[in-house]
Amino acid sequence: MCLGIPGQVVEITDAASMMGMVDVSGVRRAVNLACVAGDGPLEEVIGHWVLVHVGFAMSRIDPEEAAATLKALEDLGEAMAEIEAIRGADRMMEGETP
Amino acid sequence: MKYTDEFRDPIKAKSLLAAIETQVAHTGATTDKPLHIMEICGGHTHAIFRYGLDKLTPDAIEFIHGPGCPVCVLPMSRVDDCLDIAERPNVIFTTFGDAMRVPGTRGSLIQAKARGADIRMVYSPLDALELARRHPDKEVVFFGLGFETTMPSTALTLQQAARESRTNFSLFCNHILVPPPIKALLDDPDMALDGFVGPGHVSMVIGTAPYDFIARDYGKPLVVAGFEPLDLLQAVLMVVTQIAEGRAEIENQYARIVPKDGNPAALAAIADVYTPRDAFDWRGLGEIDKSGVKIRPAYAAFDAEEKFGVGYGAGKTSGREMALPEMEGCLCGEVVKGKLKPWACPKFGAECTPDTPLGALMVSSEGACAAYHLYADTLTV
Ligand code: SF4
Repeated sequence: MCLGIPGQVVEITDAASMMGMVDVSGVRRAVNLACVAGDGPLEEVIGHWVLVHVGFAMSRIDPEEAAATLKALEDLGEAMAEIEAIRGADRMMEGETP
Repeated sequence: MKYTDEFRDPIKAKSLLAAIETQVAHTGATTDKPLHIMEICGGHTHAIFRYGLDKLTPDAIEFIHGPGCPVCVLPMSRVDDCLDIAERPNVIFTTFGDAMRVPGTRGSLIQAKARGADIRMVYSPLDALELARRHPDKEVVFFGLGFETTMPSTALTLQQAARESRTNFSLFCNHILVPPPIKALLDDPDMALDGFVGPGHVSMVIGTAPYDFIARDYGKPLVVAGFEPLDLLQAVLMVVTQIAEGRAEIENQYARIVPKDGNPAALAAIADVYTPRDAFDWRGLGEIDKSGVKIRPAYAAFDAEEKFGVGYGAGKTSGREMALPEMEGCLCGEVVKGKLKPWACPKFGAECTPDTPLGALMVSSEGACAAYHLYADTLTV
């Protein structure tokens, strides 16, 4: 539960709530960016790779680190479950068990 | 048996293993008197079994699996409280998937769901808040559990709920902290630990200073590590090198993710929303001082304990008043402490399997019992 997964910030959707869209292995998800925001405007994080943990970007990572982390998660058998949870988040909210 | 071929960089793995062997020899440890190194984090436990690191490293190192799997240490009384809240009319109870199968005295959340309670798995606490927006006529409760890694996510979600003045959203807070149980284990005269591999993602939030007491007051080394197998091997090398050289320091193998001071925005959110409880009850470890957090009075409107009068919110001041005996014959407590290996439990693999877990250690893939069970092929010594 504590591993998270890397993703790339693609756009800011609601700066007041610190929310942006992050691409995680091709799946898009609204993610809170409060923990990776700098002092400047939030737009500055667009394009950056971040470690996404239960819908929150927790750390900035460089692209090589992101690739290595994703590979490690795949090897551990954790990546698919995480991506499926993100992809299925909406259906799960409506009560479906994946 | 596992081989280093599976590693991303087998040559590096082999050279790390050789260096570990050399340093272990310098410590004077032997198969009969091994070094006891505790990996605190359940993610590390999982990776150690996945890659058979316990088999690849010298026999003079014994890994002791620490209490760092949040669902494994969740007391039965808290699971019962979840069911109590979830089974009330008009409640939508939301939780991470990991927690669905943890047994309480009246069964697990998944069983309560089958009986008709509106229990939904969510990916994020933000999704629970979204459900509260979509269902203004329902009480939406999020089951907040986890260590310092997940605390910022629930804290930021409560801050958002407060900004929106939501009145139908609350958090059942079961967050716990990593350093207090480590202190409790170091104070336990039955435990002889020589060093620690520290959690990576908890440390990404809190930094490395909260571990300083381990080196300063107890003279034991701790190395914060990433979760890749090479990270773990390197961290083990750093721990045994410290022991061989007679040093005890807090070192950071995972500096590419873990800043020394942690994440300031995450720490600010945690400090704003949470305050330590006097004590919190841990499955298998009992009550530990200042080991959990509760929601500050400023956010009391979002505190499910207050709103539904359960747990400490039911006027109970101590976890001891809530402690429930474990199931007959289960040795979860001894396994959580690292005193016994899972296979020493008479229920292991017989009545207790990942499909029919009796204890929480069999539920999560980060639990020591589930990890042993899952990778049992690596255990044929
Ligand atoms: S095998 Fe089951 S009952 Fe025994 S210690 Fe592990 S989780 Fe507990």
